[in-house]
Amino acid sequence: MRTTAKLAFVELKLFGREPLTVVFALALPLITLFVLGGVFGNDPDPEFYRGFGPMNYYTPGYVGLVLASIGLLSVPTHLAGNRERGVLRRFRAFSVSLWAVVGAEVLVSLCIAAVSGCVLVVASVMVYDVSWPQSPALCVAAFGLSSLCFASIGVLLGSLMPSARAAQAGGMLLWFTMMFVSGVGPPPEVLNTPLRTIGDLTPLKHVVIVLQDAWLGLGWNWGEAGIVAGLLLVSVLGITYLFRWE
Amino acid sequence: MDSVIEVERLKKTYGDVIAVDDVSFAVDEGEIFGILGPNGAGKTTIVECLQGLRRPDSGRLRVFGLDPGRGKRELRGRIGSQLQESSLPDRIRVWEALDLFASLSPEPADWETLIGQWGLGDKRDASFASLSGGQRQRLLVALSLVNNPEVVFLDEMTTGLDPASRRVAWDLVAAIKARGTTVVLVTHFMDEAERLCDRLAIVDSGRVVAMGAPQRLIDEHAPQVLVRFSTDWADLGLLSDLQEVERVERYGSRVEVSGSGPVLAVVAAALVGHGILPTDLRAERASLEDVFLALTGGRFEEEPAS
Repeated sequence: MRTTAKLAFVELKLFGREPLTVVFALALPLITLFVLGGVFGNDPDPEFYRGFGPMNYYTPGYVGLVLASIGLLSVPTHLAGNRERGVLRRFRAFSVSLWAVVGAEVLVSLCIAAVSGCVLVVASVMVYDVSWPQSPALCVAAFGLSSLCFASIGVLLGSLMPSARAAQAGGMLLWFTMMFVSGVGPPPEVLNTPLRTIGDLTPLKHVVIVLQDAWLGLGWNWGEAGIVAGLLLVSVLGITYLFRWE
Repeated sequence: MDSVIEVERLKKTYGDVIAVDDVSFAVDEGEIFGILGPNGAGKTTIVECLQGLRRPDSGRLRVFGLDPGRGKRELRGRIGSQLQESSLPDRIRVWEALDLFASLSPEPADWETLIGQWGLGDKRDASFASLSGGQRQRLLVALSLVNNPEVVFLDEMTTGLDPASRRVAWDLVAAIKARGTTVVLVTHFMDEAERLCDRLAIVDSGRVVAMGAPQRLIDEHAPQVLVRFSTDWADLGLLSDLQEVERVERYGSRVEVSGSGPVLAVVAAALVGHGILPTDLRAERASLEDVFLALTGGRFEEEPAS
Protein backbone atom coordinates (compact mmCIF):
# COMPACT_ATOMS: atom_id res chain seq x y z
CA MET A 1 0.00 0.00 0.00
CA ARG A 2 2.79 2.36 0.95
CA THR A 3 4.52 1.60 -2.35
CA THR A 4 1.32 2.26 -4.30
CA ALA A 5 0.70 5.53 -2.50
CA LYS A 6 4.29 6.71 -3.02
CA LEU A 7 4.23 5.74 -6.69
CA ALA A 8 0.86 7.41 -7.16
CA PHE A 9 2.09 10.62 -5.58
CA VAL A 10 5.13 10.83 -7.87
CA GLU A 11 3.09 9.80 -10.91
CA LEU A 12 0.51 12.47 -10.10
CA LYS A 13 3.21 15.12 -10.18
CA LEU A 14 4.51 13.74 -13.49
CA PHE A 15 0.98 13.76 -14.97
CA GLY A 16 0.57 17.34 -13.88
CA ARG A 17 3.73 18.25 -15.83
CA GLU A 18 2.48 16.45 -18.94
CA PRO A 19 0.90 18.97 -21.34
CA LEU A 20 -1.17 16.30 -23.10
CA THR A 21 -2.98 15.44 -19.89
CA VAL A 22 -3.51 19.02 -18.86
CA VAL A 23 -4.92 19.94 -22.27
CA PHE A 24 -7.18 16.93 -22.74
CA ALA A 25 -8.32 16.41 -19.18
CA LEU A 26 -8.70 20.03 -18.08
CA ALA A 27 -8.65 22.59 -20.87
CA LEU A 28 -10.40 20.92 -23.80
CA PRO A 29 -13.58 19.84 -21.96
CA LEU A 30 -13.92 23.38 -20.59
CA ILE A 31 -13.43 24.91 -24.03
CA THR A 32 -15.96 22.51 -25.55
CA LEU A 33 -18.36 23.31 -22.75
CA PHE A 34 -18.15 27.04 -23.39
CA VAL A 35 -18.37 26.70 -27.18
CA LEU A 36 -21.35 24.34 -27.19
CA GLY A 37 -22.93 26.18 -24.29
CA GLY A 38 -22.63 29.39 -26.28
CA VAL A 39 -24.26 27.72 -29.30
CA PHE A 40 -27.07 25.75 -27.63
CA GLY A 41 -27.72 27.52 -24.32
CA ASN A 42 -29.68 25.55 -21.76
CA ASP A 43 -33.29 25.77 -22.97
CA PRO A 44 -34.88 22.31 -23.22
CA ASP A 45 -36.02 21.07 -26.64
CA PRO A 46 -38.27 17.97 -26.50
CA GLU A 47 -36.74 16.58 -29.72
CA PHE A 48 -33.13 16.60 -28.59
CA TYR A 49 -30.99 15.82 -25.59
CA ARG A 50 -33.43 13.32 -24.14
CA GLY A 51 -35.77 16.28 -23.55
CA PHE A 52 -33.38 18.06 -21.18
CA GLY A 53 -31.67 21.41 -21.45
CA PRO A 54 -28.53 20.97 -23.61
CA MET A 55 -26.17 22.02 -20.84
CA ASN A 56 -27.93 19.82 -18.28
CA TYR A 57 -27.43 17.02 -20.78
CA TYR A 58 -23.86 17.82 -21.75
CA THR A 59 -22.36 18.44 -18.33
CA PRO A 60 -22.36 14.78 -17.18
CA GLY A 61 -21.41 13.83 -20.75
CA TYR A 62 -18.32 16.00 -20.57
CA VAL A 63 -17.37 14.46 -17.28
CA GLY A 64 -17.50 11.15 -19.19
CA LEU A 65 -15.37 12.70 -21.90
CA VAL A 66 -12.76 13.67 -19.32
CA LEU A 67 -12.69 10.12 -17.98
CA ALA A 68 -12.25 8.87 -21.55
CA SER A 69 -9.35 11.24 -22.22
CA ILE A 70 -7.60 9.98 -19.07
CA GLY A 71 -8.26 6.33 -19.90
CA LEU A 72 -7.63 6.47 -23.62
CA LEU A 73 -4.83 9.03 -23.80
CA SER A 74 -3.07 9.94 -20.56
CA VAL A 75 -2.70 6.57 -18.85
CA PRO A 76 -1.76 4.49 -21.94
CA THR A 77 0.73 7.10 -23.19
CA HIS A 78 2.34 7.39 -19.79
CA LEU A 79 2.47 3.65 -19.15
CA ALA A 80 3.75 2.75 -22.63
CA GLY A 81 6.35 5.51 -22.29
CA ASN A 82 7.46 4.12 -18.95
CA ARG A 83 7.85 0.68 -20.50
CA GLU A 84 9.65 2.05 -23.55
CA ARG A 85 12.16 3.93 -21.40
CA GLY A 86 12.78 0.98 -19.12
CA VAL A 87 11.20 2.68 -16.11
CA LEU A 88 8.95 -0.35 -15.57
CA ARG A 89 12.03 -2.61 -15.76
CA ARG A 90 13.58 -0.53 -13.03
CA PHE A 91 10.44 -0.88 -10.89
CA ARG A 92 10.61 -4.60 -11.44
CA ALA A 93 14.24 -4.72 -10.38
CA PHE A 94 13.06 -3.06 -7.15
CA SER A 95 10.45 -5.86 -6.77
CA VAL A 96 7.52 -3.50 -7.23
CA SER A 97 4.45 -5.67 -7.80
CA LEU A 98 2.21 -5.45 -10.84
CA TRP A 99 -0.73 -4.36 -8.70
CA ALA A 100 1.27 -1.58 -7.07
CA VAL A 101 1.97 -0.14 -10.53
CA VAL A 102 -1.64 -0.63 -11.67
CA GLY A 103 -2.99 0.71 -8.37
CA ALA A 104 -0.86 3.83 -8.71
CA GLU A 105 -2.13 4.49 -12.24
CA VAL A 106 -5.74 4.01 -11.10
CA LEU A 107 -5.29 6.31 -8.09
CA VAL A 108 -3.75 8.98 -10.29
CA SER A 109 -6.61 8.64 -12.78
CA LEU A 110 -9.16 9.06 -10.01
CA CYS A 111 -7.42 12.19 -8.73
CA ILE A 112 -7.22 13.86 -12.12
CA ALA A 113 -10.79 12.84 -12.91
CA ALA A 114 -12.06 14.24 -9.61
CA VAL A 115 -10.34 17.60 -10.06
CA SER A 116 -11.35 17.91 -13.67
CA GLY A 117 -14.92 16.75 -13.01
CA CYS A 118 -15.37 19.28 -10.23
CA VAL A 119 -14.02 22.13 -12.37
CA LEU A 120 -16.41 21.21 -15.19
CA VAL A 121 -19.47 20.90 -12.97
CA VAL A 122 -18.77 24.15 -11.16
CA ALA A 123 -18.22 25.96 -14.46
CA SER A 124 -21.49 24.71 -15.97
CA VAL A 125 -23.47 25.48 -12.85
CA MET A 126 -22.03 28.97 -12.59
CA VAL A 127 -22.07 29.95 -16.26
CA TYR A 128 -25.08 28.08 -17.68
CA ASP A 129 -27.25 27.76 -14.64
CA VAL A 130 -27.17 23.98 -14.88
CA SER A 131 -29.22 22.45 -12.07
CA TRP A 132 -27.48 20.50 -9.31
CA PRO A 133 -28.28 16.81 -9.30
CA GLN A 134 -31.07 15.61 -7.02
CA SER A 135 -28.99 12.74 -5.75
CA PRO A 136 -25.32 13.64 -5.34
CA ALA A 137 -24.67 10.18 -3.86
CA LEU A 138 -25.80 8.47 -7.06
CA CYS A 139 -23.63 10.85 -9.07
CA VAL A 140 -20.59 10.05 -6.96
CA ALA A 141 -21.26 6.33 -7.34
CA ALA A 142 -21.67 6.65 -11.11
CA PHE A 143 -18.54 8.76 -11.28
CA GLY A 144 -16.54 6.26 -9.19
CA LEU A 145 -17.60 3.28 -11.27
CA SER A 146 -16.98 5.08 -14.56
CA SER A 147 -13.56 6.37 -13.47
CA LEU A 148 -12.45 2.90 -12.41
CA CYS A 149 -13.67 1.50 -15.71
CA PHE A 150 -11.72 3.98 -17.84
CA ALA A 151 -8.65 3.83 -15.60
CA SER A 152 -8.46 0.06 -16.05
CA ILE A 153 -9.08 0.41 -19.79
CA GLY A 154 -6.15 2.86 -19.73
CA VAL A 155 -3.81 0.40 -18.04
CA LEU A 156 -4.91 -2.34 -20.46
CA LEU A 157 -4.28 -0.09 -23.48
CA GLY A 158 -0.94 0.89 -21.98
CA SER A 159 -0.08 -2.80 -21.68
CA LEU A 160 -0.94 -3.42 -25.33
CA MET A 161 0.61 -0.35 -26.95
CA PRO A 162 4.21 -0.87 -28.04
CA SER A 163 5.33 2.74 -27.56
CA ALA A 164 4.25 6.10 -26.19
CA ARG A 165 3.80 7.43 -29.72
CA ALA A 166 1.59 4.51 -30.71
CA ALA A 167 -0.41 4.94 -27.52
CA GLN A 168 -0.88 8.64 -28.20
CA ALA A 169 -1.93 8.17 -31.83
CA GLY A 170 -4.22 5.23 -31.03
CA GLY A 171 -5.67 7.06 -28.04
CA MET A 172 -6.46 10.17 -30.11
CA LEU A 173 -8.25 8.07 -32.70
CA LEU A 174 -10.31 6.24 -30.08
CA TRP A 175 -11.08 9.40 -28.15
CA PHE A 176 -12.33 11.41 -31.14
CA THR A 177 -14.31 8.46 -32.51
CA MET A 178 -15.98 7.88 -29.16
CA MET A 179 -16.65 11.58 -28.73
CA PHE A 180 -18.66 11.73 -31.97
CA VAL A 181 -20.71 8.55 -31.57
CA SER A 182 -21.31 8.42 -27.82
CA GLY A 183 -23.74 11.29 -27.51
CA VAL A 184 -21.27 13.83 -26.13
CA GLY A 185 -20.63 15.41 -29.52
CA PRO A 186 -23.72 15.63 -31.72
CA PRO A 187 -26.92 14.77 -29.79
CA PRO A 188 -27.68 11.03 -30.10
CA GLU A 189 -31.01 11.86 -31.77
CA VAL A 190 -29.27 13.11 -34.94
CA LEU A 191 -26.99 10.07 -35.37
CA ASN A 192 -28.01 7.49 -37.98
CA THR A 193 -28.42 3.82 -37.11
CA PRO A 194 -24.90 2.60 -38.02
CA LEU A 195 -23.33 5.41 -36.01
CA ARG A 196 -25.57 4.61 -33.05
CA THR A 197 -24.57 0.97 -33.30
CA ILE A 198 -20.90 1.94 -33.28
CA GLY A 199 -21.69 4.15 -30.29
CA ASP A 200 -23.23 1.20 -28.45
CA LEU A 201 -19.96 -0.68 -28.90
CA THR A 202 -17.89 2.01 -27.21
CA PRO A 203 -17.42 2.15 -23.44
CA LEU A 204 -17.99 5.92 -23.43
CA LYS A 205 -21.61 5.61 -24.57
CA HIS A 206 -22.47 3.44 -21.57
CA VAL A 207 -20.43 5.52 -19.15
CA VAL A 208 -22.22 8.67 -20.37
CA ILE A 209 -25.67 7.16 -19.85
CA VAL A 210 -24.80 5.96 -16.34
CA LEU A 211 -23.50 9.44 -15.48
CA GLN A 212 -26.40 11.26 -17.14
CA ASP A 213 -29.12 9.14 -15.55
CA ALA A 214 -27.63 9.77 -12.13
CA TRP A 215 -27.14 13.47 -12.82
CA LEU A 216 -30.51 14.13 -14.44
CA GLY A 217 -32.44 12.42 -11.67
CA LEU A 218 -33.44 9.36 -13.73
CA GLY A 219 -32.07 7.05 -11.05
CA TRP A 220 -29.46 4.33 -11.15
CA ASN A 221 -29.36 2.64 -14.56
CA TRP A 222 -28.65 -0.97 -13.57
CA GLY A 223 -28.38 -2.27 -17.13
CA GLU A 224 -25.82 0.31 -18.30
CA ALA A 225 -23.98 0.23 -14.97
CA GLY A 226 -23.75 -3.55 -15.41
CA ILE A 227 -22.12 -3.08 -18.81
CA VAL A 228 -19.63 -0.56 -17.36
CA ALA A 229 -18.84 -2.91 -14.46
CA GLY A 230 -18.43 -5.74 -16.98
CA LEU A 231 -15.96 -3.67 -19.00
CA LEU A 232 -14.06 -2.92 -15.80
CA LEU A 233 -13.85 -6.63 -14.98
CA VAL A 234 -12.74 -7.56 -18.50
CA SER A 235 -10.03 -4.88 -18.42
CA VAL A 236 -8.71 -6.09 -15.08
CA LEU A 237 -8.61 -9.66 -16.37
CA GLY A 238 -6.88 -8.41 -19.52
CA ILE A 239 -4.28 -6.58 -17.41
CA THR A 240 -3.56 -9.77 -15.45
CA TYR A 241 -2.66 -11.62 -18.63
CA LEU A 242 -1.37 -8.91 -20.93
CA PHE A 243 0.63 -6.54 -18.73
CA ARG A 244 4.26 -6.44 -19.84
CA TRP A 245 7.20 -4.99 -17.91
CA GLU A 246 9.38 -4.65 -21.04
CA MET B 1 37.39 -14.69 0.56
CA ASP B 2 33.74 -15.60 0.38
CA SER B 3 31.89 -15.76 -2.87
CA VAL B 4 28.86 -13.51 -2.94
CA ILE B 5 27.78 -14.74 -6.36
CA GLU B 6 28.06 -18.25 -7.75
CA VAL B 7 27.11 -19.21 -11.27
CA GLU B 8 27.29 -22.85 -12.32
CA ARG B 9 26.62 -24.05 -15.85
CA LEU B 10 24.16 -21.26 -16.64
CA LYS B 11 22.32 -21.71 -19.91
CA LYS B 12 19.70 -19.46 -21.52
CA THR B 13 18.22 -19.58 -25.01
CA TYR B 14 15.82 -17.24 -26.76
CA GLY B 15 13.98 -19.41 -29.28
CA ASP B 16 16.72 -20.97 -31.37
CA VAL B 17 19.36 -18.50 -30.30
CA ILE B 18 21.69 -19.64 -27.54
CA ALA B 19 22.40 -16.48 -25.56
CA VAL B 20 24.35 -18.03 -22.68
CA ASP B 21 25.92 -21.47 -22.94
CA ASP B 22 27.37 -23.28 -19.96
CA VAL B 23 28.73 -20.26 -18.11
CA SER B 24 30.28 -20.68 -14.66
CA PHE B 25 32.04 -18.17 -12.43
CA ALA B 26 32.12 -16.85 -8.91
CA VAL B 27 32.42 -13.30 -7.62
CA ASP B 28 34.29 -12.63 -4.38
CA GLU B 29 33.19 -10.18 -1.75
CA GLY B 30 34.52 -6.68 -2.24
CA GLU B 31 36.00 -7.12 -5.70
CA ILE B 32 35.17 -5.54 -9.03
CA PHE B 33 34.34 -8.45 -11.28
CA GLY B 34 34.11 -7.72 -14.99
CA ILE B 35 32.04 -9.44 -17.63
CA LEU B 36 33.69 -8.38 -20.85
CA GLY B 37 32.71 -9.21 -24.38
CA PRO B 38 31.37 -7.87 -27.67
CA ASN B 39 27.74 -6.83 -28.11
CA GLY B 40 25.44 -9.81 -28.23
CA ALA B 41 27.86 -12.05 -26.34
CA GLY B 42 25.25 -12.73 -23.64
CA LYS B 43 26.64 -10.46 -20.91
CA THR B 44 23.38 -8.69 -20.12
CA THR B 45 21.46 -11.96 -20.06
CA ILE B 46 23.85 -13.29 -17.42
CA VAL B 47 23.38 -10.34 -15.08
CA GLU B 48 19.63 -10.20 -15.70
CA CYS B 49 19.38 -13.85 -14.63
CA LEU B 50 21.42 -12.98 -11.53
CA GLN B 51 18.95 -10.21 -10.68
CA GLY B 52 15.96 -12.49 -11.10
CA LEU B 53 14.75 -10.53 -14.13
CA ARG B 54 15.10 -13.56 -16.40
CA ARG B 55 14.65 -17.23 -15.72
CA PRO B 56 17.60 -19.38 -16.80
CA ASP B 57 16.92 -22.56 -18.82
CA SER B 58 19.32 -24.52 -16.65
CA GLY B 59 22.19 -24.02 -14.26
CA ARG B 60 22.56 -23.07 -10.64
CA LEU B 61 22.64 -19.42 -9.58
CA ARG B 62 23.30 -18.18 -6.07
CA VAL B 63 23.47 -14.60 -4.84
CA PHE B 64 24.29 -14.47 -1.12
CA GLY B 65 23.37 -18.15 -1.12
CA LEU B 66 19.86 -17.43 -2.46
CA ASP B 67 18.32 -18.36 -5.79
CA PRO B 68 17.63 -14.98 -7.45
CA GLY B 69 14.55 -16.39 -9.22
CA ARG B 70 12.90 -17.32 -5.92
CA GLY B 71 14.49 -15.07 -3.35
CA LYS B 72 13.85 -11.81 -5.16
CA ARG B 73 12.21 -10.18 -2.21
CA GLU B 74 14.97 -11.11 0.22
CA LEU B 75 17.59 -9.96 -2.28
CA ARG B 76 15.81 -6.70 -3.03
CA GLY B 77 17.64 -4.72 -0.38
CA ARG B 78 21.02 -6.32 -1.03
CA ILE B 79 21.35 -5.90 -4.81
CA GLY B 80 21.71 -2.60 -6.61
CA SER B 81 21.45 -2.34 -10.34
CA GLN B 82 22.29 0.03 -13.12
CA LEU B 83 20.22 -1.60 -15.84
CA GLN B 84 21.10 -1.30 -19.47
CA GLU B 85 18.54 0.76 -21.43
CA SER B 86 16.63 1.67 -18.33
CA SER B 87 16.04 5.36 -18.06
CA LEU B 88 13.72 7.63 -16.09
CA PRO B 89 10.69 9.73 -17.04
CA ASP B 90 11.77 13.03 -18.63
CA ARG B 91 9.92 15.20 -16.18
CA ILE B 92 10.98 13.56 -12.94
CA ARG B 93 13.35 15.69 -10.84
CA VAL B 94 16.62 14.37 -9.49
CA TRP B 95 15.52 14.39 -5.86
CA GLU B 96 12.14 12.87 -6.69
CA ALA B 97 13.76 9.90 -8.42
CA LEU B 98 16.10 9.26 -5.48
CA ASP B 99 13.31 9.77 -2.95
CA LEU B 100 10.98 7.43 -4.87
CA PHE B 101 13.44 4.56 -5.20
CA ALA B 102 14.67 5.04 -1.64
CA SER B 103 11.09 4.62 -0.48
CA LEU B 104 10.84 1.38 -2.48
CA SER B 105 13.85 -0.02 -0.59
CA PRO B 106 13.65 -1.94 2.68
CA GLU B 107 16.70 -0.22 4.19
CA PRO B 108 17.35 2.86 2.11
CA ALA B 109 20.53 4.91 2.10
CA ASP B 110 20.24 8.58 2.94
CA TRP B 111 19.62 9.96 -0.52
CA GLU B 112 20.50 13.49 0.50
CA THR B 113 24.02 12.21 1.15
CA LEU B 114 24.08 10.35 -2.17
CA ILE B 115 23.13 13.54 -4.04
CA GLY B 116 26.18 15.25 -2.58
CA GLN B 117 28.53 12.29 -3.04
CA TRP B 118 27.69 11.95 -6.70
CA GLY B 119 28.01 15.66 -7.45
CA LEU B 120 24.33 16.30 -8.10
CA GLY B 121 23.81 18.89 -5.37
CA ASP B 122 23.21 21.77 -7.75
CA LYS B 123 20.98 19.57 -9.95
CA ARG B 124 18.70 18.52 -7.13
CA ASP B 125 15.59 20.12 -8.62
CA ALA B 126 16.53 19.63 -12.29
CA SER B 127 14.38 17.37 -14.46
CA PHE B 128 15.94 14.19 -15.81
CA ALA B 129 15.55 15.47 -19.39
CA SER B 130 17.64 18.56 -18.65
CA LEU B 131 20.67 16.60 -17.36
CA SER B 132 23.77 16.00 -19.46
CA GLY B 133 24.82 12.46 -20.32
CA GLY B 134 27.37 12.37 -17.53
CA GLN B 135 24.92 13.76 -14.97
CA ARG B 136 22.30 11.21 -15.95
CA GLN B 137 24.83 8.45 -15.53
CA ARG B 138 25.76 9.72 -12.09
CA LEU B 139 22.10 9.83 -11.12
CA LEU B 140 21.50 6.29 -12.38
CA VAL B 141 24.54 5.04 -10.48
CA ALA B 142 23.36 6.89 -7.36
CA LEU B 143 19.98 5.19 -7.83
CA SER B 144 21.68 1.80 -7.95
CA LEU B 145 23.12 2.57 -4.50
CA VAL B 146 19.97 4.02 -2.96
CA ASN B 147 18.99 0.72 -1.32
CA ASN B 148 22.40 0.37 0.35
CA PRO B 149 23.29 -2.75 -1.65
CA GLU B 150 26.09 -5.18 -0.85
CA VAL B 151 26.58 -5.95 -4.52
CA VAL B 152 25.84 -3.66 -7.43
CA PHE B 153 25.46 -4.59 -11.10
CA LEU B 154 26.63 -1.95 -13.55
CA ASP B 155 25.59 -2.80 -17.11
CA GLU B 156 27.32 -0.78 -19.85
CA MET B 157 27.45 2.26 -17.65
CA THR B 158 29.78 4.23 -19.91
CA THR B 159 28.23 3.46 -23.29
CA GLY B 160 27.27 6.69 -25.00
CA LEU B 161 29.43 8.86 -22.75
CA ASP B 162 32.15 11.18 -24.00
CA PRO B 163 35.73 10.34 -22.97
CA ALA B 164 35.79 12.85 -20.10
CA SER B 165 32.54 11.52 -18.62
CA ARG B 166 33.81 7.97 -19.00
CA ARG B 167 36.81 8.79 -16.86
CA VAL B 168 34.56 10.34 -14.25
CA ALA B 169 32.42 7.19 -14.32
CA TRP B 170 35.53 5.07 -13.76
CA ASP B 171 36.33 7.07 -10.65
CA LEU B 172 32.75 6.47 -9.51
CA VAL B 173 33.16 2.72 -9.83
CA ALA B 174 36.36 2.87 -7.84
CA ALA B 175 34.48 4.90 -5.23
CA ILE B 176 31.76 2.25 -5.00
CA LYS B 177 34.40 -0.40 -4.39
CA ALA B 178 36.04 1.81 -1.79
CA ARG B 179 32.83 1.81 0.25
CA GLY B 180 33.09 -1.97 0.40
CA THR B 181 30.42 -2.79 -2.17
CA THR B 182 31.07 -5.67 -4.56
CA VAL B 183 30.74 -4.58 -8.17
CA VAL B 184 29.80 -6.66 -11.21
CA LEU B 185 30.78 -4.56 -14.19
CA VAL B 186 29.40 -5.47 -17.61
CA THR B 187 31.22 -3.76 -20.45
CA HIS B 188 32.36 -4.12 -24.01
CA PHE B 189 35.19 -1.62 -23.48
CA MET B 190 38.54 -3.41 -23.11
CA ASP B 191 40.30 -0.42 -21.56
CA GLU B 192 37.55 0.01 -19.00
CA ALA B 193 37.70 -3.63 -17.92
CA GLU B 194 41.50 -3.62 -17.79
CA ARG B 195 41.62 -0.52 -15.71
CA LEU B 196 38.83 -1.26 -13.23
CA CYS B 197 38.43 -4.99 -12.77
CA ASP B 198 40.15 -7.09 -10.14
CA ARG B 199 39.11 -10.15 -12.08
CA LEU B 200 37.06 -10.63 -15.17
CA ALA B 201 35.44 -13.18 -17.41
CA ILE B 202 35.78 -12.69 -21.15
CA VAL B 203 32.56 -13.81 -22.80
CA ASP B 204 32.15 -14.56 -26.47
CA SER B 205 29.07 -16.06 -28.14
CA GLY B 206 27.57 -17.02 -24.79
CA ARG B 207 30.67 -18.80 -23.46
CA VAL B 208 33.41 -17.79 -21.06
CA VAL B 209 36.63 -17.96 -23.06
CA ALA B 210 38.97 -16.79 -20.31
CA MET B 211 38.81 -15.73 -16.69
CA GLY B 212 41.22 -14.16 -14.23
CA ALA B 213 42.97 -10.95 -13.27
CA PRO B 214 43.51 -8.70 -16.30
CA GLN B 215 47.31 -8.78 -15.99
CA ARG B 216 47.36 -12.55 -15.62
CA LEU B 217 45.23 -12.95 -18.72
CA ILE B 218 47.58 -10.71 -20.63
CA ASP B 219 50.64 -12.61 -19.41
CA GLU B 220 49.04 -15.90 -20.33
CA HIS B 221 47.42 -15.17 -23.63
CA ALA B 222 49.27 -12.18 -25.06
CA PRO B 223 52.78 -12.19 -23.62
CA GLN B 224 54.28 -10.14 -26.44
CA VAL B 225 56.12 -6.98 -25.58
CA LEU B 226 56.69 -4.28 -28.14
CA VAL B 227 59.86 -2.23 -27.72
CA ARG B 228 60.07 1.06 -29.58
CA PHE B 229 62.91 3.51 -30.07
CA SER B 230 64.45 5.76 -32.72
CA THR B 231 67.92 5.53 -34.17
CA ASP B 232 69.80 6.36 -37.36
CA TRP B 233 72.02 3.33 -36.92
CA ALA B 234 71.68 1.38 -40.17
CA ASP B 235 72.36 -2.25 -39.34
CA LEU B 236 70.07 -3.71 -36.69
CA GLY B 237 71.05 -7.33 -37.31
CA LEU B 238 72.46 -7.33 -33.80
CA LEU B 239 68.90 -7.31 -32.45
CA SER B 240 67.46 -10.01 -34.70
CA ASP B 241 70.03 -12.46 -33.37
CA LEU B 242 68.85 -12.10 -29.78
CA GLN B 243 66.90 -15.04 -28.41
CA GLU B 244 64.07 -13.00 -26.88
CA VAL B 245 63.42 -11.04 -30.07
CA GLU B 246 60.89 -12.32 -32.55
CA ARG B 247 60.71 -9.55 -35.09
CA VAL B 248 62.36 -6.24 -35.90
CA GLU B 249 60.68 -3.65 -38.06
CA ARG B 250 61.88 -0.31 -39.18
CA TYR B 251 59.93 2.78 -40.32
CA GLY B 252 62.52 5.38 -41.24
CA SER B 253 64.32 6.15 -38.03
CA ARG B 254 61.64 4.51 -35.88
CA VAL B 255 62.23 0.91 -34.84
CA GLU B 256 59.76 -1.62 -33.42
CA VAL B 257 61.05 -4.80 -31.82
CA SER B 258 58.57 -7.42 -30.70
CA GLY B 259 59.38 -10.27 -28.39
CA SER B 260 58.59 -11.79 -25.06
CA GLY B 261 60.02 -12.08 -21.58
CA PRO B 262 62.74 -9.63 -20.63
CA VAL B 263 63.04 -8.36 -24.18
CA LEU B 264 63.27 -4.72 -23.12
CA ALA B 265 66.30 -5.34 -20.88
CA VAL B 266 68.00 -7.51 -23.48
CA VAL B 267 67.44 -5.02 -26.28
CA ALA B 268 68.59 -2.14 -24.08
CA ALA B 269 71.76 -4.00 -23.13
CA ALA B 270 72.53 -4.85 -26.78
CA LEU B 271 71.99 -1.24 -27.88
CA VAL B 272 74.17 0.16 -25.13
CA GLY B 273 76.81 -2.47 -25.90
CA HIS B 274 77.04 -1.07 -29.44
CA GLY B 275 77.09 2.52 -28.33
CA ILE B 276 73.52 3.20 -29.47
CA LEU B 277 71.81 5.36 -26.84
CA PRO B 278 68.25 6.19 -27.94
CA THR B 279 66.46 8.72 -25.71
CA ASP B 280 62.99 7.38 -26.40
CA LEU B 281 63.43 3.67 -25.63
CA ARG B 282 60.20 2.27 -24.17
CA ALA B 283 58.18 -0.92 -23.99
CA GLU B 284 54.47 -1.41 -24.62
CA ARG B 285 52.67 -4.28 -22.97
CA ALA B 286 49.86 -6.08 -24.70
CA SER B 287 46.35 -5.15 -23.62
CA LEU B 288 43.16 -7.09 -23.01
CA GLU B 289 42.29 -6.36 -26.59
CA ASP B 290 45.23 -8.50 -27.68
CA VAL B 291 44.03 -11.23 -25.30
CA PHE B 292 40.60 -11.10 -26.85
CA LEU B 293 41.99 -11.22 -30.36
CA ALA B 294 44.26 -14.13 -29.46
CA LEU B 295 41.39 -16.08 -27.90
CA THR B 296 38.63 -15.49 -30.40
CA GLY B 297 40.43 -15.02 -33.67
CA GLY B 298 39.49 -11.37 -33.81
CA ARG B 299 35.79 -10.99 -34.11
CA PHE B 300 35.42 -8.06 -31.79
CA GLU B 301 32.78 -5.76 -33.21
CA GLU B 302 33.01 -2.23 -32.02
CA GLU B 303 29.82 -0.49 -31.06
CA PRO B 304 28.60 1.64 -33.95
CA ALA B 305 29.00 5.33 -33.19
CA SER B 306 25.73 6.66 -31.85
